[in-house]
Amino acid sequence: MRGFPEYFTIWHIAGHYALRLMAYLVLGFLILPILVIIPLSFNAEPFFTFTQGMLALDPDAYSLRWYEEIVTDQKWTLAIRNSFIIGVAAAILATVLGTVAAVGLASPWMPFKRLITALLLSPMIVPLIIIAAGMFFFYTNFGLVGTYPGLIIAHAALGVPFVIITVTATLAGFDRSLFSAGLSLGASPVKVFWDVVIPLIRPGVISGGLFAFVTSFDEVVLVLFLAGPEQRTIPRQMFSGLREQINPTILAVATLLVVLSMALLVTLEILRRRSERLRGAG
Amino acid sequence: MAETALAAQATASGLGPEDARNAAREVRAQRVRAFLFVLPLLAFIFFAFVAPIASMLFRSAYNPTAAELVPTTLEAIESWDGEGRPDEAVLTQFAIDLKRLANDRTSGQLAEEINRFLPGTSSVVKSTARALRRAEDETLATGGAALLLDANEAWGEPGIWRALTQAGQVYSASYYLTALDLEMSREGTIQQRDTQIYLKLYGKTLWMALIITLLTLILGYPLAFHMAHSSTSRANFLMVFVLLPFWTSLLVRTTSWIALLQTNGVVNSTLMALGLTRDPLEMLYTQFSTIIAMTHILLPFMVLPLYSVMRGIDPSYMRAAMSMGSRPIPAFLRIYLPMSLPGLSAGALLVFIISVGYYITPALVGGTDGQMISNIIAFHMQQSNNWELAAALGSLLLFLIIALYWLYDRFVGAGNIKLG
Repeated sequence: MRGFPEYFTIWHIAGHYALRLMAYLVLGFLILPILVIIPLSFNAEPFFTFTQGMLALDPDAYSLRWYEEIVTDQKWTLAIRNSFIIGVAAAILATVLGTVAAVGLASPWMPFKRLITALLLSPMIVPLIIIAAGMFFFYTNFGLVGTYPGLIIAHAALGVPFVIITVTATLAGFDRSLFSAGLSLGASPVKVFWDVVIPLIRPGVISGGLFAFVTSFDEVVLVLFLAGPEQRTIPRQMFSGLREQINPTILAVATLLVVLSMALLVTLEILRRRSERLRGAG
Repeated sequence: MAETALAAQATASGLGPEDARNAAREVRAQRVRAFLFVLPLLAFIFFAFVAPIASMLFRSAYNPTAAELVPTTLEAIESWDGEGRPDEAVLTQFAIDLKRLANDRTSGQLAEEINRFLPGTSSVVKSTARALRRAEDETLATGGAALLLDANEAWGEPGIWRALTQAGQVYSASYYLTALDLEMSREGTIQQRDTQIYLKLYGKTLWMALIITLLTLILGYPLAFHMAHSSTSRANFLMVFVLLPFWTSLLVRTTSWIALLQTNGVVNSTLMALGLTRDPLEMLYTQFSTIIAMTHILLPFMVLPLYSVMRGIDPSYMRAAMSMGSRPIPAFLRIYLPMSLPGLSAGALLVFIISVGYYITPALVGGTDGQMISNIIAFHMQQSNNWELAAALGSLLLFLIIALYWLYDRFVGAGNIKLG
């Protein structure tokens, strides 16, 4: 039992535990809905619900058939391929442009800094349905609707704010005199950027890129408006699956995505620690 | 400004005007260099994001369809005063145009355009077009008006012609009026429509967003408080439970709620097994399921800013108040709550802004009464093909979001958004 201050009455202590209970209930609310789909994805029956056999832990009630479906069904394999192609390309585009821009934005001499920052972060705030409608109108003029480049450009625009935020955060601990030192020694700004700045802010750049990748990987509204049948991604396939025929394959895909996000979370945590170490050393 | 200040400084410290000029040049070079770093991204964002938004705003007041389909008729009808039947010449010209459209298979488009201004006329236009398709050109040129009136007597009334003139306006605010449940009366004054659709939907969207914001606040505040006052290692461990849902695909989380809330789903089975209800509750495809799923999805957006602010609040303030005899609730309300306000307003505004424009979750679990404004925009984009109305509804939503973003920037600072 931990010690409470002397002025605490029994009500203070009760309140303390009530608060703690509330916090755990909320944590349960956050995490249980995600965990519940994992056992359901091993359902031997084509339902979204626990069967009697599953509750009795009968091994026959569990199966991997829905996972098999993912690998064999061409719709899903195409969707997985598309998600990675579009996600990686959009993340690279957003990371390259965003990192270079963040370095400029971090300069104390940057003109119109507040306005430009607000503009560059706005894709994060504007509702996706508005972006989707606008892109549909505008991209048609360039024949970008129903193409890979169209989706990559669209998703890169959504990823840019995340790159700006993470790289700017890393740059906050960056000693700008290193940049001036490089310039005064005769290196071009590009060379200084590449050889001095990038190695120091690398963790921020990588996590910004991961954010941009996840943004694209998870995005479905723009895909609904801009993609043709050839560019269907995983979330798009899940969306139509949930609307048309509900089938546990979706749960199997969802489980794989949960595992993927766990891996991502661990990666980001490692990057964050490394970034703190680098900053501590600098 | 910076340059003159530098010049003044240079003179004050005994340097010549030459040095001041050099300093000013250096500042300019720095500014240009910084801007050049941002320029590529700025150009990209203008093409990929700003121009599309601008074209949506433009589209909300620009509709060339009818004007492109029947330009000559629209030119001829300009002299009509809007009362009674237009001149014979107008009717004849329209009959000729309509025959051409019928053969080009574009008369349906015109029917749709006119129908927007006078519901129920779509079939009139379509049936007339069918009737005129095989008419001889010579007969049309002389007796087109009579053929038109034979095909449907509606062509003798002014209503359909007024709808045609309205549809023919390339630039018009009529879609905004529709989006606000207003219409232009014959006298040119603006009046309310008989049925309120969109304002009601905007109201419902804001109401749902408010409820979701309050729910995330009620759930998120105690959690953030508990985490902020745990040891660092414990807080980091609990943080995993907040970040995992945050990082998990939106579609996955929506799928979970479908599995939980459906008629034979986990929640209903549990309730029935516990004997709390005999018949399964209908929870999925309602406003209730939209609100609960969105609360779950947006809760991390509330917890993260709250936590980062609360972590910085020194617990000794509360201890001091309590040790001097304050009761916990007044001490909390007067000391802790005001100090946590920056996190609270950041989280609340963020959740509110995101939920106002939400599309996917209401589309999947909302049924009919859980639909929000985004869903009706998607409906007009994809099903009814009324792109101009979709654009007008979207523009209004955009203005609303910009106002909220402005508030957010003022109170929180857009540059202060933190992730993870």
